[in-house]
Amino acid sequence: MTNYLQLSNITKTYGHFTALDDVSLSVDKGEFVTFLGPSGSGKTTTLMIIAGFEKASGGTVEIGGQSISQLAPHERNIGIVFQNYALFPHKTAVENVYFPLQMRGVSRVQGLRQAEDMLSLVGLKGFGHRHPKELSGGQQQRVALARALVFEPSLLLLDEPLGALDKNLREQMQIEIKRIQRSLGVTTIFVTHDQSEAMSMSDRIVVFEKGAIEQAAPPLDIYHRPKTSFVAAFIGESNLIPATITSAAAKTAESPTLGAFDYASTDVLTDGQKVTLLIRPEHIKLSRNPIEDRKNVSMVVETIVNYGDNALVIGRAGDIPMRVRVLGADVVIIREGEECYINWTPDAVFVITR
Amino acid sequence: MGMSLSKLTEKTNIWPWLLLAPLGIYMLIFFVVPLAEVAIMSFTEPKVSLANYQKVLTGALYQRVFLNTFMTAAFVTLCCLLVGYPLAYLMAHSKPRTAMLILLLVTMSFWTSFLVRTYSWMVLLGNNGPLIAFLQMMGVDKPPQLLFTRFSSTLAMVHILAPYMIMNIYTVMKKIDPALIRSAESLGARGWSLFRHVYLPLTAPGIANGSVLVFVICLGFYVTPVLLGSPREQMIAGLIGHQIEEFLAFGLGSAMAIILLVVTLIILTIYHRRFGLDKLWG
Repeated sequence: MTNYLQLSNITKTYGHFTALDDVSLSVDKGEFVTFLGPSGSGKTTTLMIIAGFEKASGGTVEIGGQSISQLAPHERNIGIVFQNYALFPHKTAVENVYFPLQMRGVSRVQGLRQAEDMLSLVGLKGFGHRHPKELSGGQQQRVALARALVFEPSLLLLDEPLGALDKNLREQMQIEIKRIQRSLGVTTIFVTHDQSEAMSMSDRIVVFEKGAIEQAAPPLDIYHRPKTSFVAAFIGESNLIPATITSAAAKTAESPTLGAFDYASTDVLTDGQKVTLLIRPEHIKLSRNPIEDRKNVSMVVETIVNYGDNALVIGRAGDIPMRVRVLGADVVIIREGEECYINWTPDAVFVITR
Repeated sequence: MGMSLSKLTEKTNIWPWLLLAPLGIYMLIFFVVPLAEVAIMSFTEPKVSLANYQKVLTGALYQRVFLNTFMTAAFVTLCCLLVGYPLAYLMAHSKPRTAMLILLLVTMSFWTSFLVRTYSWMVLLGNNGPLIAFLQMMGVDKPPQLLFTRFSSTLAMVHILAPYMIMNIYTVMKKIDPALIRSAESLGARGWSLFRHVYLPLTAPGIANGSVLVFVICLGFYVTPVLLGSPREQMIAGLIGHQIEEFLAFGLGSAMAIILLVVTLIILTIYHRRFGLDKLWG
């Protein structure tokens, strides 16, 4: 681990309001890290502190072992793609990309050539002479990306750059950004509130909530082994069941409404500990009758949402709302208002202690 | 519902025209008709010919006054820009209280009748005024003549027209997306280079708007140059007034007015082609 970017104990307060509370994080060189969280969770504030537009109330930011906390934004050599791209409307695409080189004293001839090369890399060969308003949203996005990368920044920051694009373009840009980031090997921080974007693009996801980091882990770890019920609820769909550990040795828990549970988690737990049990909707099966060797619970079906290839069955087991994801073909066995059984194996149950 | 709506739009609706009628009639009687009369007079007084235009376009005096008018208007515009740009910047980027105060001062000066403002300059710059008294107190034996000079009329015109410049530039500055400035900073720009390559070009539309407005108003300025300016440095509007009031040369005066109008329209057309006239008022 090289700890290329190091945030240490970053705190940010506005009067009595604490926007960031003791945030520490290290990022490896070349890593693609996503800051994920609801609005107001502190992810953008952290980004702005790294960029130098906000001053931290406490803590330090280091890149490659050098503290940059005291540097002005223009001295930090960080490439940023803003939410609305922030392209200069009076400059053409290629002039926009040339701008950071111009500021670094690169000659016009050489700078424009470099800018053209960068535009080709982002797939905009031949669009250099156009002004931003003559480009589509996706193209503007690419120009902004090229501009943030052309001066070989020590860090690339992306502030919800895909928010304004429609779904198809968004997916296309996700792949593009990933491709360009890999080919240049630039360390990247990507801010988003879109969890599927975070899942598909990141080497690591950092989940923010209320000015603090809830969990920082690779996408699949975040999904399958969330540390807190907030992370479990925020990423993907989840069924969260309050329970008490009855025997840590036998790996059993008890829910007041759903009864005894077996779980497979290897965490160290103690008898009588209050926990939350997480079961993802796709790990639950739906059946007419109880199935052997599985935990069976009776559920009243309230709503069925069909997506064609799959369906979401929403119902209630006792007083606990449950979501079950079933294959499209399986959904024909039940109707709304009917009672059926939902069941799962101990492997599907993940214990969250916070 | 949909039916009645489409009916409403399909039928030629007379109401909007009726509502426009009072204004239209007013403009017709008090603007179009007199203007047409001026245009006709320029060709018919004292007899039907192009003599008036020939005289205005070839006569040395008239050429000099026209040139003087354009030079003055250009100079006043430049001064307004030099005074107005920093002030607009302060308004757009200082704390709300300070910005409010400057805005208040600018608009107050804007709302005060320009006749009143012209007279106050006469008081301030006159031979018995405070400025001359101050200079004498400082030991200047022969204080320079301030009033009735090109200096006094230019100063007053800049004062009167600066708010147009300030408000136009201010509006544009206020609309600049702060992300653009941040993004320029993140790309390595600061200070002068940030201003020259990003801020100034972004405010250029405001500069163009303000300049055209000030320049065009200044071209036809009458009261201030007549009351404050040097009699030897007349501007075109003053000369037109002179022709009509003193020499009763209606034809000549009208020809000059029409030429001024045409030149103004040409400037506005060029501006419209480049920026769009609708943006002139913010």
